[in-house]
Amino acid sequence: MAILVIAEHDHATLKAATRNALAAAARLGSDVHLLVAGSNAGGAAAQGATAGAAKVLLADAPQYAEQSAENLAALVVSLAGGYSHILAPASSFGKNFLPRVAALLDVAQISDIVAVVSADTFVRPIYAGNALATVQSSDAVKVISVRATAFDAPPESAPSPVENVTVAADTGLSKRLGQELTKSERPELGAAKIIVSGGRGLGSGENYRKLLEPLADKLSAALGASRAAVDAGFAPNDFQVGQTGKIVAPQLYIAIGISGAIQHLAGMKDSKVIVAINKNPDEPIFQVADYGLVADLNDAVPELVAAL
Amino acid sequence: MKVLVPVKRVVDSNTKVRAKADETGVDLANVKMSMNPFDEIAVEEAVRLKEKGVATEVVVVSCGASSSQETLRTALAVGADRAILVDCGDADLQPLAVAKLLKAVSDKENPQIIIAGKQAIDDDANQVGQMLAALQGWPQVTFASRVDVADGKVKVTREIDGGLETLEASLPAVITADLRLNEPRYAKLPDVMKAKKRPLDTTTPAELGVNVTPRLKTLKVSEPPKRQGGGKVADVADLVNKLKNEAKVI
Repeated sequence: MAILVIAEHDHATLKAATRNALAAAARLGSDVHLLVAGSNAGGAAAQGATAGAAKVLLADAPQYAEQSAENLAALVVSLAGGYSHILAPASSFGKNFLPRVAALLDVAQISDIVAVVSADTFVRPIYAGNALATVQSSDAVKVISVRATAFDAPPESAPSPVENVTVAADTGLSKRLGQELTKSERPELGAAKIIVSGGRGLGSGENYRKLLEPLADKLSAALGASRAAVDAGFAPNDFQVGQTGKIVAPQLYIAIGISGAIQHLAGMKDSKVIVAINKNPDEPIFQVADYGLVADLNDAVPELVAAL
Repeated sequence: MKVLVPVKRVVDSNTKVRAKADETGVDLANVKMSMNPFDEIAVEEAVRLKEKGVATEVVVVSCGASSSQETLRTALAVGADRAILVDCGDADLQPLAVAKLLKAVSDKENPQIIIAGKQAIDDDANQVGQMLAALQGWPQVTFASRVDVADGKVKVTREIDGGLETLEASLPAVITADLRLNEPRYAKLPDVMKAKKRPLDTTTPAELGVNVTPRLKTLKVSEPPKRQGGGKVADVADLVNKLKNEAKVI
């Protein structure tokens, strides 16, 4: 049986995490189909066609404009019959609708997998990544969310066919009244090669911006934050890196004024290189840092910007 | 309007958990247990809805061992009216089973709103609220940072990647609480004493007619690979030099 991956996209373009989910699906050893459910989503479908799937299924209808969990889940369930596995990225998009699919199919969901052991056995972090559970599913359909950072995106492929599928009826259960998306020239936090991240040590939102933005600009980096910094109002919630925020694994993660609580480490400890700048040498962040600089961040960060 | 809030007893968030040496699970001997932090936020929101006159009764429910009574008492102390324990003994409860138990409780209680934490910090599954909404055929609004109830509808601002979105859903509905929804209050001692007198009923999966047999078998629980950290640099110049020439990441 084939494998179905649900694409995360903004109708025009495919989100990077979709490619990582496709990479996980490819380990399962059968044909992979990519479902693009959207409204005027031809752009996303065209990008999906070269992302390595054998076939793209396009469900293009107004009821998918908002990508509500209720409508997406109804669509996926209507298509589920032909599939052994259903996968989606473990982003806020996937986390929202995928458990709804699993419940409607009366199967377990395996959340946030970091490795595929076999077609029915997967590895997933528990307890903020302090332990890794290897779990085996006995369900007929395996519903799986994929931690993007654990699977490298496959190379671009020759275009695969795009097929229109029958759409499901609008459930009419919820509607979107508005959206406030952060406008930023910076790379997306989940896909950035370099992340500059700040914690409570920055002292204020003003200091967070004053010190970190020039550094992020210099490095073309995304900005991140610890939960403590988000709680204190220094940075918006979608900057949060950690157990219950975003899981990131960039080439370079610069932690500034971050103590390194286990919940924060859970979100960034798979980064290739970690730099920590903190004036207290006993903070746990230094135990995971490749390059720890014990210094006052108010001096060290501007100095670093000048030296780059 | 009745609000139902599921709460879970979990390892305290300040505890560092380790896998057991024989890889059969994590070591929870003598570990401090608390209410799941997101469930505290959910209880607080329900109590605030009551204080605003929107909700008339807040019922908390926990599925787990009998020790979950402690967690239910904590919720009663911050303002919930009554509690239900679904005593599952030491069964390995997985999210789908919990969602089915909560649906059975909901069918008896008929709440208009169910507010759950978005995720439990032990298994990190992030599933129960969404599954419960699916089983009921209700709308779901996950990762809420603001909730307004009016005219039989709920307006919820939710945290999404890249910002916020506001959804409107008809009631009944399931809402899951994110971090910024509110700051939970601490229970005062007189309230803790009063909570001991509030009703706490006990039921079981068998009484609710729910099969809680696990669908996932845990083959092993192991330590994650340990990161080799602890390196230090002398100053900013040393840092820039090492990033350029040793790590080659800038």
